[in-house]
Amino acid sequence: MFADRYDPLQDEMVSILTPDGCCDETLRPDLDDEQIRTMYRQMLTMRLYDRKAVSMQRQGRFGTYAQMEGQEACMAASTYPLEPRDWIVSSYRETGAMWMHGVPLKLLSLYWMGNEFGSHMPDGVNVLPVSIPVGSHPLHAVGLAYAGKYRQDGSVAVTYFGDGATSEGDVHEAMNLAGVYEAPCVFFCQNNQYAISVPVREQTASPTIAQKALAYGFPGVLVDGNDIMAVYAVMQEAVERARRGGGPSLIEAYTYRLGAHTTADDPTKYRDDAEVEFWRSRDPLLRVQKYLHARGAWSEDWEHELLEACTGEVEQAMNDAEAVPQPPPQDMFRYMFAEPSAALREQEAALLAALQVQQKG
Amino acid sequence: MATRTLLEAIREALHLELGADERVILLGEDIGREGGVFRVTEGLQACYGRARVMDAPIAEAGIVGMAVGMAIAGLRPVPEIQFMGFLYPAFDQIISHVARMRNRSRGRFTCPLVVRVPYGGGIHPPEHHSESTEAMLVHTPGLQVVVPATPYDAKGLLISAIRSPDPVIFLEPKRIYRAVRQDIPEECYTVPIGEARLVREGTDVTVIAWGSMMHTVLQAAESLDASGISPEILDLRTLSPMDVPAIIASVEKTGRAVVVHEAARTAGLGAEIVAQINEKALLSLEAPVERVSGFDTVFPLPQLEKYYLPTPEMIEAAVHRVLAF
Repeated sequence: MFADRYDPLQDEMVSILTPDGCCDETLRPDLDDEQIRTMYRQMLTMRLYDRKAVSMQRQGRFGTYAQMEGQEACMAASTYPLEPRDWIVSSYRETGAMWMHGVPLKLLSLYWMGNEFGSHMPDGVNVLPVSIPVGSHPLHAVGLAYAGKYRQDGSVAVTYFGDGATSEGDVHEAMNLAGVYEAPCVFFCQNNQYAISVPVREQTASPTIAQKALAYGFPGVLVDGNDIMAVYAVMQEAVERARRGGGPSLIEAYTYRLGAHTTADDPTKYRDDAEVEFWRSRDPLLRVQKYLHARGAWSEDWEHELLEACTGEVEQAMNDAEAVPQPPPQDMFRYMFAEPSAALREQEAALLAALQVQQKG
Repeated sequence: MATRTLLEAIREALHLELGADERVILLGEDIGREGGVFRVTEGLQACYGRARVMDAPIAEAGIVGMAVGMAIAGLRPVPEIQFMGFLYPAFDQIISHVARMRNRSRGRFTCPLVVRVPYGGGIHPPEHHSESTEAMLVHTPGLQVVVPATPYDAKGLLISAIRSPDPVIFLEPKRIYRAVRQDIPEECYTVPIGEARLVREGTDVTVIAWGSMMHTVLQAAESLDASGISPEILDLRTLSPMDVPAIIASVEKTGRAVVVHEAARTAGLGAEIVAQINEKALLSLEAPVERVSGFDTVFPLPQLEKYYLPTPEMIEAAVHRVLAF
């Protein structure tokens, strides 16, 4: 319905929940207040996690970290319609989506703290490790989707990437292949307006990113990425379409990165405060709060309760990750192949011998 | 037993593995209806259908990247890249994802796939169709790199590669696709990855080569025999992981070595082999190890091609030099 009614060539954007918290009743998705409250809590956890990660990075307790503040609705709502058998293949700014699909916050923290075991997903959690080379991972989602289709297991693969990634050739190869093979794949682009410092208008001459889907023969929908109801609704439609054999979709979630690109970035060099303030007024959490408040489903007491509980959850995850001992150096060699080669065994022995000499010295 | 060319042996391996294991899926440009530009996959789509022998859009990064996802999902994709010169668009996928997935996920996800790539010069093709850049792949941690030189090894190594729990780049010596015939078993068999083949024993010098160069080496050996020189010939078959013990054992016996490859000289695999011999068999050496290789030039168009590739005469000359040292 959204894919048919909203033309990305006309810049038409799906919007259900306004920044004032008013809901377009004609488009309201099948979400009750309890579900919205759950999603609010999840978004709040992401926000608190993000801030905690940045503060820990400043204290030297966390590695370089890609922030997601402002994009919580994209992640909470886009993962909500997924089933455990579905796959998530994401970039580095989707900590929230990975968590929503079953990766514990402790594990995500472990990764950003510099331990590869942070990418050792729990059994049964269909989430690939963070992919750092921009735009290279949507192809993996197409392969996972094709495998699902081949086995007829009903799974859908969802891949997340940013506006900047849409300039990478692999993203276009992925969309083309998904179209050709009718792979059950959803391409979820978080257009957060900047690729580090370059604004989206300098990234592409297309008025929208969503319209690029049309050239690959499948629907593209532009959606307000700070609107959980709209993101949920278009995502549910795309996932259902993929699951019933209707092929891929592209969703462009129009959003904004309120934080820096990473903890190593200084956004004051490329954008002004007024712009950030405008987007603060469109905060995805704020509008859910207003919506729930108007329905009597939000109170200050509940907010305090939530803050306390979510802060505790984040703190616990961080502490648990910090408590994981540093892995032994042998781990570098241990996971290169199912069986290490003679050269690897030799190099491992040489490193251990050198370390022993250093310790004695 | 049946007589097979190297190309037929590869096709037979694919046929057998497709028949034995539903997880095996081939994908590549023109591999279906056309049977591939070299006809390696001829007849396979008719036999196993379009879902398992997939004609792909012209997108090498896409083909390999998609295979990554398929492999993670538990399938055994065998992508074909038409020529090694067209493998480069897929290098990011190979280096950043294929080779790293097991390590970076600490064994949670693996990437068991086989990228089949015809490589090497000598067939008078257009530009970009003669590449032999195996050293780039061998230099990449996390890959197995295999190069058969005989029909027997081609079939057995490819079956091993498809069954391997880790990724393999399978380089096919296209110059000798149809040049050699051999009686090989018609049924399934494997040749282990990582083991060199002692082609013939000798006493005076070890000649180390792989792929199409094996046949140039064998031509040189005939002349050397005639002049009373006895070369020991080693076919590496697997370039990564390399069978260093086989090289060392042979060099310890002969005291001399010549490495032959058609790839460019500088930082070619010959350099690594010389380094291994230096580290492990220096005191057995009677002479510096020689390299016979291609040049640090762009691979020439057909008119100059014959000057680029090592010839039997060049190999003989190198053998004479290490013997006279």
